[in-house]
Amino acid sequence: MIERFKYSLRQNRGFYGALLGLIVLYLLYNSLHPRGFSTAVLIQNANEAVVLAFVAVAQTIPVLIGGLDLSVGAVMTLASCIASVLVTGSPAEMTLGIILSVLAGTMFGLLNGLVVVYGRIQPIIATLATGAIAIGLALFVRPQPGGDIDGDLNWAITNAVFDFAETYGFADDGNAAWLQPIAWIPVPLIILTAVMLLVWVPYRRSVTGRTAYAIGSAEGAAYMSGLPIARAKIMAFTLAGFFAGCAGLYLAIQTSSGNADVVQAGEYTLKSIAAVVIGGTSLLGGVGTAVGSIFGAFIIRIIEFFFRINIGSFSIDPLLQTLFQGVVLLVAVSLGSLRLTRIKNRLDVFR
Amino acid sequence: MNFYKSLDSDTKPIIIALGFVIMILIVGTIYTLSTQGTAPLLRPSYVLQQLQVGSFLGIVAAGMMMVILLGHIDLSVPWTLTAAAMMATTVGGPMAIPTGIAVGLAVGLFNGLGVAYLRVPSMIFTLGVDQVMRGLMVAHTGGYAPDTDATPLMRFLAAEKIAGVPVAIFVWIAVSLVIALILQRTGFGRSVYATGNREAAAYLSGIRTKRVIIGSFMLSGACAGIAGVLLAGYSSQAYQGMGNPYLLPAIAAVVLGGTRILGGRGRYLGTVVGVILIVLLNSVLSIMQMPEAGRQIIYGSVIIGMLLVYGRNQAVTS
Amino acid sequence: MANGSPIVALKGVSKHFGATKALENVDFACHSGSTHAILGENGAGKSTLIKIMSGVLDPTSGTMEMEGKPVSFSKPSDAVDKGIVCIFQELSLVPDLSVAANISLANPPKRFGLIDHKAQNRIAEELLARINCADVNPNSLIRDLSLSRRQMVEIAKALGKNPKVLILDEATSALTSKDVETVYALLGQLKADGIASLFISHRMHEVEALCDTLSVFRNGTHVETFAKGTKSDADIVRLMIGREVGSHYPAKPNRPRPAPFLKIEQLAWERALKGVNLEVGKGEIVGLGGLDGQGQKELLLSLFGVMRGLQGTVTVDGTRIAPNSPAKAKADGANIALVPEDRKTEGLMLPMSIADNLIAASFNKVSNGPFIDGKKEDAAVRSAVEKLQIKVGDVENAVSTLSGGNQQKVVIAKWLMTDPDIILLNDPTRGIDVGTKQEIYKLMRELAEEGKAILFYTTDYAELIGCCDRVSVMYDGRIVSELEGDAITEEAIVAASLNIGTDGEAA
Repeated sequence: MIERFKYSLRQNRGFYGALLGLIVLYLLYNSLHPRGFSTAVLIQNANEAVVLAFVAVAQTIPVLIGGLDLSVGAVMTLASCIASVLVTGSPAEMTLGIILSVLAGTMFGLLNGLVVVYGRIQPIIATLATGAIAIGLALFVRPQPGGDIDGDLNWAITNAVFDFAETYGFADDGNAAWLQPIAWIPVPLIILTAVMLLVWVPYRRSVTGRTAYAIGSAEGAAYMSGLPIARAKIMAFTLAGFFAGCAGLYLAIQTSSGNADVVQAGEYTLKSIAAVVIGGTSLLGGVGTAVGSIFGAFIIRIIEFFFRINIGSFSIDPLLQTLFQGVVLLVAVSLGSLRLTRIKNRLDVFR
Repeated sequence: MNFYKSLDSDTKPIIIALGFVIMILIVGTIYTLSTQGTAPLLRPSYVLQQLQVGSFLGIVAAGMMMVILLGHIDLSVPWTLTAAAMMATTVGGPMAIPTGIAVGLAVGLFNGLGVAYLRVPSMIFTLGVDQVMRGLMVAHTGGYAPDTDATPLMRFLAAEKIAGVPVAIFVWIAVSLVIALILQRTGFGRSVYATGNREAAAYLSGIRTKRVIIGSFMLSGACAGIAGVLLAGYSSQAYQGMGNPYLLPAIAAVVLGGTRILGGRGRYLGTVVGVILIVLLNSVLSIMQMPEAGRQIIYGSVIIGMLLVYGRNQAVTS
Repeated sequence: MANGSPIVALKGVSKHFGATKALENVDFACHSGSTHAILGENGAGKSTLIKIMSGVLDPTSGTMEMEGKPVSFSKPSDAVDKGIVCIFQELSLVPDLSVAANISLANPPKRFGLIDHKAQNRIAEELLARINCADVNPNSLIRDLSLSRRQMVEIAKALGKNPKVLILDEATSALTSKDVETVYALLGQLKADGIASLFISHRMHEVEALCDTLSVFRNGTHVETFAKGTKSDADIVRLMIGREVGSHYPAKPNRPRPAPFLKIEQLAWERALKGVNLEVGKGEIVGLGGLDGQGQKELLLSLFGVMRGLQGTVTVDGTRIAPNSPAKAKADGANIALVPEDRKTEGLMLPMSIADNLIAASFNKVSNGPFIDGKKEDAAVRSAVEKLQIKVGDVENAVSTLSGGNQQKVVIAKWLMTDPDIILLNDPTRGIDVGTKQEIYKLMRELAEEGKAILFYTTDYAELIGCCDRVSVMYDGRIVSELEGDAITEEAIVAASLNIGTDGEAA
């Protein structure tokens, strides 16, 4: 076990680097924040980070096979617009709405996969086009921003476990002794963890998931070894759609509304790529994990949070926020080029 | 049909795209004739007006093509364009236009250095540069539209007409001639194709591939700069986010024109046809008063549909 | 030995690639419990044969039977399911996955429907122990292993599929001597277990030591199959070559050795070059010999400015040069040309036109200022096509439409257009038909007569003997022997390649 960890440490420098960066940044952030290390701050941060985290996970899988999904932001928007219409009414209706929203994202991802595999169109350009279609559909569903998502659901999902229990009246309205150790944890983090455990972990340990890594690393070797390449590619985009759907659903519940906002969709797509790279996944494919991308997404959000702190000696001009983020991104991705200094045969640069 | 088969694979996409252009014209005209009894799409003044707006996209796409031919991409175009426009209006006077172009060249140089020397994937490097440029402009303007105005020359180039033809179209033609000349008639242009096809082989042929990459990104930056200057002239002002609507249509125009997204193949003429296709598609959709939702869906479907048609061709020839 | 019915039999199998006939009407069989060598020159059809047997390629015509029943494979995994497992030269390992994951790549052990990492590691450990590679940690990534270790993992992966027929394509070429012995022992064990092993190797002594049956292929046909010991080595070589060697090489001029033009002193790079000393004069063709991977390719790339961190000196005509890119190497002062190893990925931009490929190294020669002069371009392309007699329909066609031989001519013509003083050739005749080979030999001699200095690496001993004025044999990053004139014999080259010759020590 220890030995496996040692190998893991050496083989996933990017991943552990991101984890370390996340911890350092978050500790720093909390110690500068006037109400640092409090549940309130954690809940607020979690709510703002979890959507990007889902989108980053969505982006990770196509990137692992050496592709790119430029439609994740749009699919997220589509799912959130559908959710803003459907997630209302009786508990049964809401449940159905939740399922349908995520299913819509998943089906859209499946469509992407089919276009890429059977249409033989490069993923980047195929998803550029299907992204427009997704935004169009979202606009049809919700021409004007708005929505009437159940208020209880919004409250329960965007707060701590205690509030969740209180809202739905179990565990003595959240006061049961056994609940106390976890009562402070924000629900969004629990949802994120649960979805990752139920979907990402099994996927990673399936032949289809392994094939995704193999395709990104050496597609020829994957073919020679008899791995199911077409299936794995379709699955990669389908899962991307699923996770983008989860992101959209959460976004809708969190904001109690849907908004078919093209600019927002594009921003989420681009930030998802940045999160994936910061999380240690190679854009060339084959290396990385979705968990790293979650860390990447959190890092991006925390950097944004820094600009909100405004106490005494420490404050950053919010006007510099974008510039600062861009510089951090450039520095982070340029660190990878340190490997170039070790290359002795200049032809190896091209590989 | 024999004629069609005899075409080489670089020309076929252009022919297909031209076919789509004609189809859009026909469908659009039938629609306008049946609903309004007029045929604006066949009126030269209307078409020229559309092309005037399209020329900004055309110039951006020309630069983007240089980069896509290498198998790279330039996502920094939106804020390179905006930065060029803002700096041009800030500086003002006779130096306004050179300043705008210089901003574009400088950003392109920076992109090129990152991609060629650091070997960071252009997708992510130019994305970072875009954010940095945006950050610089936000810091420069405080997040508002700058209150400086475009110079008269900028307005002339973007909004005036010579003999009924918008000057912007002449600028687009000039840029097109330069890019086409570079691609077809210079060693640099041929090196772009060679590097885009197989970088290792180009390198071993003694082509200075790093310079080729840097040069292409600088051209892309310069084109974005020119487009920014023109757009500021057209609107009399620079404004936040003015470059955003140009990135994806530019990539789409290049790809629809038959340039391979992985690099190495494509003709400049195709990019021009791709731009016209997108401009016409947009104008027909606005004539039809198509809601934004329908526009986006049709837009995406047309791209996918055309690429499927191209793909089928490749499957047969290979 | 060949008793009973064969486990695999090919009947009348042909494989054509366009106009090239890689295999023509081949009947071939192998038996369980036999170690069966397949011999033949490059391009004899050995690789095509095993690719058909292992489901990578479909035969153009003919049938294949396994244990008497007809089979056809549409993909490699079909062949694996039937028990035909191939260890390919180009590795089928995924570099970013662990050793254990690679060994159980397509059929991992599962628990509750998920991949069981523990069981996977256990399987890997067992298989690695079986081939004396217990030192390889199953958790290592393939990309962190040496080439030799990777090859052993490849063998472990193949064994894990429980093959009935195991095909080893040059499987020992990358191995260290310790691993080679392990593989020898393994093959003996497989034979005892009743598995049919097909063994492809260029090393005669390996074939002698390991195999019981030998099949010779030549120009895509199956010449003969016989038991070991029934034919002498000389007979076997004659079967492989099919006719006398040496007749189709142009005559070598008889004259004193010219003064050194290119001079290499104590050239060292990483672990591949350990102090190379070599001289090439104008008008000379100097051959580089030795087994594959003794530093020959690295030497050529070093001279061409590709390698970083070189030690030692290189002088051209008395002036020291140290190019840091091919662009500098081809420029005035050095005037070096390199015909690279892999024409498809390093020599040519395959989808581009013949004309574009031809001028890719000489834009300055066909330009006025920055602009390419169409007339100059046409003239240059035409003269290149004529000079090398490249068989083209239209120079605007993609270079990928040409045959292998004509493609290689395009690479050579591209470099001749730069008018180089020094020409480095890295195995230029690999995978090329005999006719074109002869044209290339003739061209090389003509170029030498024009005063070019030529350094020529080839894996084919016959070419070293037939073409070269001198031959320098490399072993482990050094030149261990320099042969000249009549001393260039197959025996001398082979002995020097294996570094067993005590005479003729010149380095």
